[in-house]
Amino acid sequence: VSAAEATAESTGVTNLNVSGGEAGPAPVAIVVSYGFWIFLLSDIIMFSALFATYAVLSGQTDGGPSGRELFDTWNVGIETLCLLFSSYSCGLGSAFIERRNLSAFYTLCAITFLLGAIFLGLEFHEFAGMVARGAGPSRSAFLSAFFALVGLHGAHVSIGLIWLAFMVAQIVSKGPRDFVLRRLRCFSLFWHALDIIWVALMSLVYLMAVRV
Amino acid sequence: MSDSPNVKKHSSSILAYTAGLAFALLLTGGSFWVSQSHTLWGPGLPVGLAVLAIAQMGVHLVFFLHVGSGPDDTNTVLALAFGILIVTLVVSGSLWIMSNLNGNMMPPSAIMEMSR
Repeated sequence: VSAAEATAESTGVTNLNVSGGEAGPAPVAIVVSYGFWIFLLSDIIMFSALFATYAVLSGQTDGGPSGRELFDTWNVGIETLCLLFSSYSCGLGSAFIERRNLSAFYTLCAITFLLGAIFLGLEFHEFAGMVARGAGPSRSAFLSAFFALVGLHGAHVSIGLIWLAFMVAQIVSKGPRDFVLRRLRCFSLFWHALDIIWVALMSLVYLMAVRV
Repeated sequence: MSDSPNVKKHSSSILAYTAGLAFALLLTGGSFWVSQSHTLWGPGLPVGLAVLAIAQMGVHLVFFLHVGSGPDDTNTVLALAFGILIVTLVVSGSLWIMSNLNGNMMPPSAIMEMSR
């Protein structure tokens, strides 16, 4: 009986109050990042549906070009490095703002933004090149699934860049106050999650097509 | 609030990000190398790439998103486990059902025969 009670206690249903025991509700920072984490997970589940679609349709080229003919490994490599270093500089930026080092924060945000913009430019260039050689989303089921999946990630990156610009503007106008820092932490989570999705895209979409 | 714990946390988080970057670069390099060279047996390549990708996602979760084993992370980890469950169900379930349907589909010649 005591063992069962102990398990029931340790896996309590409303366990949000983990840091304080009986000291009242959890701090707002923890609740906010937990809520945003739930949103990110639901976003990842939406991506998983498109990943499943792509995996099912990746061989259905309808006589059109396959991924092996279309994908450029160098382009993918540079895109990967852009996103990875962008994620790193975003993380460093949030570490510096916690210490109220504003100039380092602005520099790192500029690097994050620049790398994200380079990524988007490369992706747009790739898409435009594919459409120009007649391999647009309407060519085959494979290309429809490809453009939907990679395009949705690109749309997330674009929204992330706009959000980053807003966050820098808020730090400039309101200063590093608590509620601004909470929003910044959410942005940081969002940006890192996009990098996780890109890892799946890079390996399962691009690299797998190169030699199958 | 005293400054010393803050500073300590600061330098340790920079260290964590740098270690995460190093691991991620290593695993990314591994993925590209495996896909370009002929080290892996051809049909085993998707499995190798998937393993490297999952390892790199783990690195990102721990070093960049700071999903850990601390007391504040219990709910985060539980939600993550549920998310992974759903993602596995969606992806593997779709692949399974669709390959089954594909295997049972009538060959085009038989469909032509029926529509006559």
